[in-house]
Formats: sequence, structure tokens, C-alpha cells
Amino acid sequence: MFAYILRRVLYAIPILVGVNLLTFLLFFVVNTPDDMARLQLGAKHVTQEAIERWKVEHGYDKPLLLNHQATGAARFTDTIYFRHSATMFAFEFGKGDDGRDIGNEIRTRMLPSLAIALPVFVIGLLANISFALLMVFFRSTYLDLWGVVLCVVLMSISGLFYIIAGQYFIAKLWNLLPISGFAAGLDAFKFVLLPVLVGLVSGIGSGARWYRTIFLEEIGKDYVRTARAKGLSETRVLFTHVLKNGMIPILTGAVVVLPLLFMGSLITESFFGIPGLGSYTIDAIQAQDFPVVRAMVFLGAVLYIVGLILTDISYSWVDPRVRLQ
Amino acid sequence: MSAIQPVILWTDALVFVLVAAGVALTLYIRRHAHLRAPWGEVARRPMAAGAALVLLAFVTVGLLDSLHYRERLPDSPPDKPQYSVEVLSAFDALVGTLRTRQEKTYSAPLAMHLYAKEFVERDGAAVRVYPRLKYGGAHLTDEAGRMPDIARRVMLGIAQGVSVAFLVFGALAAWQAARRKQRYGEWLADWGQGRLGWPGRTVVLVVALLATTVAVLLHLAAGYHVLGTDKVGQDVLYISLKSIRTGLVIGTLTTLVTLPLAIGLGIAAGYFRGWVDDVIQYVYTVLNSIPGVLLIAAAVLIVQVYIESRPELFDTAAARADIRLLALCLIMGVTSWTSLARLLRGESLKLRTLDYVEAARAFGVSHTRIIGRHIFPNVFHLVLIAIVIDFSGLVLAEAVLSYVGVGVDPTMYSWGNMINGARLELAREPVVWWQLGAAFVFMFALVLAANLFADGVRDAFDPRMGGRR
Repeated sequence: MFAYILRRVLYAIPILVGVNLLTFLLFFVVNTPDDMARLQLGAKHVTQEAIERWKVEHGYDKPLLLNHQATGAARFTDTIYFRHSATMFAFEFGKGDDGRDIGNEIRTRMLPSLAIALPVFVIGLLANISFALLMVFFRSTYLDLWGVVLCVVLMSISGLFYIIAGQYFIAKLWNLLPISGFAAGLDAFKFVLLPVLVGLVSGIGSGARWYRTIFLEEIGKDYVRTARAKGLSETRVLFTHVLKNGMIPILTGAVVVLPLLFMGSLITESFFGIPGLGSYTIDAIQAQDFPVVRAMVFLGAVLYIVGLILTDISYSWVDPRVRLQ
Repeated sequence: MSAIQPVILWTDALVFVLVAAGVALTLYIRRHAHLRAPWGEVARRPMAAGAALVLLAFVTVGLLDSLHYRERLPDSPPDKPQYSVEVLSAFDALVGTLRTRQEKTYSAPLAMHLYAKEFVERDGAAVRVYPRLKYGGAHLTDEAGRMPDIARRVMLGIAQGVSVAFLVFGALAAWQAARRKQRYGEWLADWGQGRLGWPGRTVVLVVALLATTVAVLLHLAAGYHVLGTDKVGQDVLYISLKSIRTGLVIGTLTTLVTLPLAIGLGIAAGYFRGWVDDVIQYVYTVLNSIPGVLLIAAAVLIVQVYIESRPELFDTAAARADIRLLALCLIMGVTSWTSLARLLRGESLKLRTLDYVEAARAFGVSHTRIIGRHIFPNVFHLVLIAIVIDFSGLVLAEAVLSYVGVGVDPTMYSWGNMINGARLELAREPVVWWQLGAAFVFMFALVLAANLFADGVRDAFDPRMGGRR
């Protein structure tokens, strides 16, 4: 088991290097520091002088990959790649354009993001599974048919609609919950409630429909027929046999997004004014704050890869045959 | 000397390439029974057939809106004509005054007064009243006449829509009865009991609904702003209809970019295995591991910098917005080919071990030929299913991306821009809901139709797959 995990972790390293090089390519080669300076300085006719000054201020005045003027190790270290891109492997993201330390921001903003994303994930999983089981229990009846239709309808509504409608009706018209904002500690509860509710509703359509097909696939298998042949009631078959086996693809599929919960949701957080990583990212995109976007790309990739490793581990845990391949 | 100058934007050209490809594919499918069968299965499903008709209505508007031209300026000399910088489309010409009847600012749907009060000179004194609209309900003398007028127009529209539907239905019945050598009444009985072999009742119902909606809208739009006006006084119905093209372009052109990448790399990885597989898997894991929105945002920001620093390349605002739309499609395509590629890789892995592929290899058939004749036709249904399933997701994604600020050009008509522009107006009193509502309803109609159609296609082509994702 340990060797297997180690192999998966080692496999992740070249992928991280790839992500790092790709972001470097996007942010420094395709879009040169000169372009960035021009964009940040804003004015139509900026002088070359102003651009150079901006580059020096932000540390973009070095060569990209190789510094021919330097000697020794500095040939490689005194470059933009080393200063701004390679440092990300050590999780040192530097400063954003607003001068604040990105690593610090990430640490303080992770918890609010998690306060929204984790309940949406956990309760959403439970709600989707319950709804899917209900449809499967009443399969080939009108309840099932209309359940699927309801899922398709819910899926077809833009996520923005759920947010705007939720804010308008629940918060503004009926005054049940605050429209947006956040507070530390237990006070956060009333701010978290509405985004979580909206997140649940907007996810249930596709989620429940997907789980329904998983359960239906499971119900057609031989062991289910055996269980029925033994004389077990339909309820027993569904809740002990089908549910248990259907949970394997559901849970292993859910593991991959688990680490990404830290990143939060861009849209939800920005609408509800949650000071999490999602709203941080969206602000950075809108302010064209490239260092922050770069850092978030890298962080997202790291978390995704952690998710992949966790998925592999959970697969090999529920199905030991995988380890041997 | 023509009065107009045709303009072919990049996306127009690609849209028509796509239409040509669609027509060619249809002709090809018609001639092959094994390809025709699953499509017949799609057409037999009531939901899918109804959804296809609704999609067809959207596509018609989108295609009309893709025939662009520029009008000649009236006072330009005939030997050296000058053309307006405004790029119009056949759709604009068709809806006529809907585009030009601009009010001052917001007005509610079917209103005859402006949304905000203004000072108006009356009998020498300035009074604060809701001023009358310039066009909306301009034919009325007072508020009391409004509701009866609206009711009259709706009734007229319904009557016309229903009679058009009856005409279509009568023609259909005559044609079908003649074809099947049935008596009129027999065919009607078959139709009524759903024994036609195709969902006749659903088709007629959807046609009737569409015809009635169009007729009612036409009658109402002649005298009112049916969905109100937006901040600068433009008709919201017009904006919503113009946004259809943007949604369709994003939903289809993105897939067009995805397909060569996904098919080529996916099949190559599965078929050749070895280092080819390793390299391709590596590339798509790297791309996949970057959060989609961020990768799109990064790429769009870069394109934006490129466009802004080279204003001389584009002669009209429409051309600039168009390039941005195309770039968005390209970027979304490059970031979203991975899931289909993975699916095709897995399928090719299975196919390459099948006996007939082994036999072909033993006979010395070349790799390109094996892939072309044995692998690709056998994964084509997966490609097709992916196209229709991805479409609705892409339309919804446009709204989100436009909200983030990395979507289409802000000057472009799109549902995302409509939502973005109207979102803050919800805080007003009374609420300005019509712009948001219109965008959501149009988007919902398109996406729902696409989803229902996709379900039909998926079930017909791959009954086993049933709703994976």
C-alpha cells in the first residue's frame, strides 16, 4: 500500500512541473511583462521609461529563463522564472499588485471558503443520494418519470438565477436572512445559511440524476437478483445491497473535489460577499492582478492533484485489485 | 451601386461552415441505413422531437442574425460609397423597428410610461410625472385603454397562431394521408391515438405553441415594448433575441474546436498506447488540473491585452467583439477537450483488441486506415453524444464567464451581459426585474430544449450509457 501511494505521489511531480511551466508560458511569454505594465499603467501613451520603472518595482526586469550577465548559480536564479514561478513550489507566492502577501491572504481566506463549500458538499451529497434513492425506489412509475423531468428542469436553470432569486426573495423580500456578508465565529451561521441553501438547490438536479443512473446500473446486477431470490424485501435490497455498492463510485468520485473545497466557489462567494478564496480570485481577475491569478492557478492544480491521489488511494482501499496494476 | 455592403465576420464564416458540415452529414446519414436507424429512434421520442423543433426555432433566429451587412450612408457620393460603422444583420432588417424604437431609459413590460419620474412642463409649471413613452403604447390616449388593447392583441395573436397551426396541420394531414394512401379520417384517428410511428401529437402541439407565441409577440411588439426596455431604453425583447446567436455560437463553435483535439488525441492515445499514450495523458492531466474558470480567465485576459494593444486590426466594434467571441470559443475548446479525449481513449483501448481490428492489422492495413475505418466509426456515437450534452453546459457557462468579466465583449448582446447589467438594479424600488427575467427565461428555454434533445440522442445512440455525468 505504501509503495503504491508513493508511486502516485511521485507521478504527481511532473504534472505540477507541467502546470508551473504552462502558467509561466501564459503569463510571461505570451503576455510579456511589457504588456502587463502597459495594462496596469492604463494610460494610452505610456512611455518606455514608465514601463521600465514599473517592471523594476515589481521585479519583472530580469531575463525570462537565463541571465547571461550573472555568473554561477545566479545565471539561473536571477531570472523571472526562478523568482516568480519556481518559488511557487515552496508555496511562496509573493505579493499581489495591491502589495499584500498572497500566501497570507490564502491562509486567512481558506476558512470562510470552507464554511460554505463543506456544508454544500456534505449536505448536497446526502440530499442527492436520498433523492436518487427515492426515484430508484419508485422506478418506472410516474414519480420516477417526473423526478427525472424535475432534475432536467433544475439543471437547465442558470446557477446565477438561483443565487439572484434566493437573494431577492429570501433575503430582500421576506427578510429571513441577510443578503450578503460574513462574520467570524458562530455569528457566521446566519450568513452561511443562504449560500449553502442556494448551492444545494443548484446542484441537486444534475447530482440526483447522475446518482440515479448509478443505482439503476447496480440494480441490474446479479447479486441483486440473488438477494431478491433469497426473499429479501425490496426495501432491504435497496438500502443494504444497492445503496452500499452504489456508494463506491459515488464516494470515490466525490473524493477528487474534496481538496478543491478550499478554493471555494467563485460566483457564490462574490455574490454573497464571503471573504473567501473564490471572491479573492474573482477580484483578482477583474482587477487583472496577474500574480494572484497565477498563484490561484497553481494552488488549484496542487489541490486537484491531491484529489487525484486521494481518489487513487480510496479506489485501492475499496478494491485492492487496483493496487496490483 | 448596392445599398449595402455584406460583412462576413469570422464567426459567421465558421457558423456557415458548420451548417454546411451539418447538411453534408445529414445527406450522408440518410444514405446509410445503420446510421439512419438511431436518428429515427430520436425522432420517435416525443420529448426529443418537441425539443428539436424548439431548437430549430432558436437556430433560425441565430442563422438570420449571422447574415451581416453594413448600410450605405445616405449622403455618401455614389462613385465612392461610404458605409455605416454599424454592422446589422438580416434579423435586424426583419424585425424592423424593434431595434430603432429606443426610449429614454427603463420602462416596464407593456408599459406606456417611463419607469422614473421626470419634470415635465405643464401649463407653465414644472410637475413631476411619469412621462409617456415615445413608442410604447403611443397609440393610446390614456391608461384605461391599455389593458383592453393588450387583451385584444393577445386574442388576435392567439387566433392567428392557432389558425396557422391548423393550416400546417391540415397540409400535413393531407400530405401524410396521400403518402400512406389512407383516408383523411383514418389518418386523423391514427394521429389522435398516437399510432403514426412518430410523435405526431407532440409535433403539432409544439408547432401550435411556437406559432401562437410568435403571433402574440408580433401583435404586442407592434405597439409596446413586450419585455420592457433596458437602462438606455433599448427593447429587451430585441436584446434577448439578439443574444440567441451569441449563445448558439458559443455552444457550437467551442465544440468545433474541441472535436479535432479530442478525437485525434483520444484515439491516438488509446490506439497506439506506449509513449504516445503517456505524452497525451500527461498533457491532459496537466490541463485538467488547472481549474477551468481560472485557465479560461488567464487566457481571456491575455487575449484582451492583445486586442487592446492592436486597435488597428479591426475596422468596426462588431469585428472586435466578434474576434473576442471567437477567442473565447477557442479557449473554452482548448480547455474542455480532455473529458471527451479520455472517453475516446478508453473506448479505443477496448476496440483495438477486438478480432476484426487484429485481423486488419495482420493483413497489413495501415494505421490511418484502421483508425479511419474501424476505430473512428465505432466511437462516433460517443462524439455525437458529447456534442449535444456539452452544448447546454457551454450556454450556461457563457453567463457565468460574462459575470466574472472574462466572457464575451461587453458591447455584445448576450444573456450573460444582460444579467450582469441588470443584477444591481434589483436593489431599486420598484424592482427592475424584466431584463434579468427575460435573460433567464430565454436561456432556460434554450438549455432545457437542448438537454431534452441530448437525452433523446443519448438514449437512442447508447442506451447503456444512460445519463453518465
